[in-house]
Amino acid sequence: MECVFGLVGNGFAILVADTSAVHSILVHKSNEDKIMVLDSHKLIAASGEPGDRVQFTEFIQKNVALYQFRNGIPLTTAAAANFTRGELATALRKSPYMVNILLAGYDKETGPSLYYIDYIASLHKVDKGAFGYGSYFSLSMMDRHFHSGMSVEEAVDLVDKCIMEIRSRLVVAPPNFVIKIVDKDGAREYAWRESVKETTVS
Amino acid sequence: MKLDTSGLESTAPHFGTSCELFSGFSAAPSFDLPVTTDFDGFQKESIQMVKPAKGTTTLAFIFKEGVIVAADSRASMGGYISSQSVKKIIEINPYMLGTMAGGAADCQFWHRNLGIKCRLHELANKRRISVTGASKLLANILYSYRGMGLSVGTMIAGWDETGPGLYYVDSEGGRLKGTRFSVGSGSPYAYGVLDSGYLISYNTCIRYKYDLSVEEAAELAKRSIYHATFRDGASGGVASVYHVGPNGWKKLSGDDVGELYYQYNPVSTSTVEQEMAESSST
Repeated sequence: MECVFGLVGNGFAILVADTSAVHSILVHKSNEDKIMVLDSHKLIAASGEPGDRVQFTEFIQKNVALYQFRNGIPLTTAAAANFTRGELATALRKSPYMVNILLAGYDKETGPSLYYIDYIASLHKVDKGAFGYGSYFSLSMMDRHFHSGMSVEEAVDLVDKCIMEIRSRLVVAPPNFVIKIVDKDGAREYAWRESVKETTVS
Repeated sequence: MKLDTSGLESTAPHFGTSCELFSGFSAAPSFDLPVTTDFDGFQKESIQMVKPAKGTTTLAFIFKEGVIVAADSRASMGGYISSQSVKKIIEINPYMLGTMAGGAADCQFWHRNLGIKCRLHELANKRRISVTGASKLLANILYSYRGMGLSVGTMIAGWDETGPGLYYVDSEGGRLKGTRFSVGSGSPYAYGVLDSGYLISYNTCIRYKYDLSVEEAAELAKRSIYHATFRDGASGGVASVYHVGPNGWKKLSGDDVGELYYQYNPVSTSTVEQEMAESSST
């Protein structure tokens, strides 16, 4: 089942998400990218109902872009996180978006940061966070092996450890994961960890 | 309990006080109300009970020469087979097909609605809508109605300026881009055949792969549907197969799965092991 987690290192933040699109017992797709590049220096990883996940992250992405067009200044990661929280909170009492969010970003002034936002619209600034069934494994592993000021290599090592633990201990483990990184050079896809390949077309 | 609708009549009919002939009709028009305290629950349940085309097998996949779309043709209402000749592959326009799983009316209506929107896009922009755009149009509509009881599981397949396109869209608001999908109650069976391929001759097993010919792809689709109808009681009828290429869609085949059984399992004349003999007793 769904596994989304991430952590902050020295000058960067890293996000990991499974890539399975599941419907009851059926895996419809095993290469669905659940981490969206919000803007040049922001990543948003979401887990939850597929419809809400896509609609909500796209909505946030478009509004962050609109803010940038209107004001000529991009939102800081903290501002984007608070905006996202606000939208979730207003929706919560009408028709809630069933999405949990990890928002990672890099700002010139404050450096890398990671925000944990759940569907009931609570917002936390964290240096490691996780959602879904994978969180039971990845949270404790990150608690054990995380230290402040990790290098990219160390972080990727830790993330790979978490993925391996999930794959070996979780009954409903997803086969594939995507890893994305955001640092001073921007947000980008770092790597895929695939144990099942889809037939690739174009 | 009866619902009295006489108030709705502008001129309530008045018959003679003791007219035997009209005794059955003289009462104000009314109908029985279900005996229940939870009317909302009853309504939901009864809608669910008579929702046709729940059991279905549909599939679509992208390959070298375009997209193959296939489906069975059975409509069932619970245990009752209400039709064996449903068109589950809906022709949105000459370049785009939609498949039908879930509620038949919901699928039919929203596909027709999508067809209208696609045509309007074509008239406004002087170019055909992309499969990406069309599927998102539908997904956004379904998303706006989510939780209101729509039941749609569909694939939008077609050919646009970027080549072949395939999307899975459902009434929970989900929309997935992909190369190979199967939807409906028979879909696990269909996936089983579609994923692991089938035996062409005695030992050349072709898996689902990109560089199939149209004939091979159509055969793989037909076989997947056939095997799904064989195991899934809610799927059956005819297995129809469509191909969408650069010049639009074309229906390739529509075979009764009952006849396909004998095609795939030819009746061999077995040698008679024991002849029935006349009893020799007197």
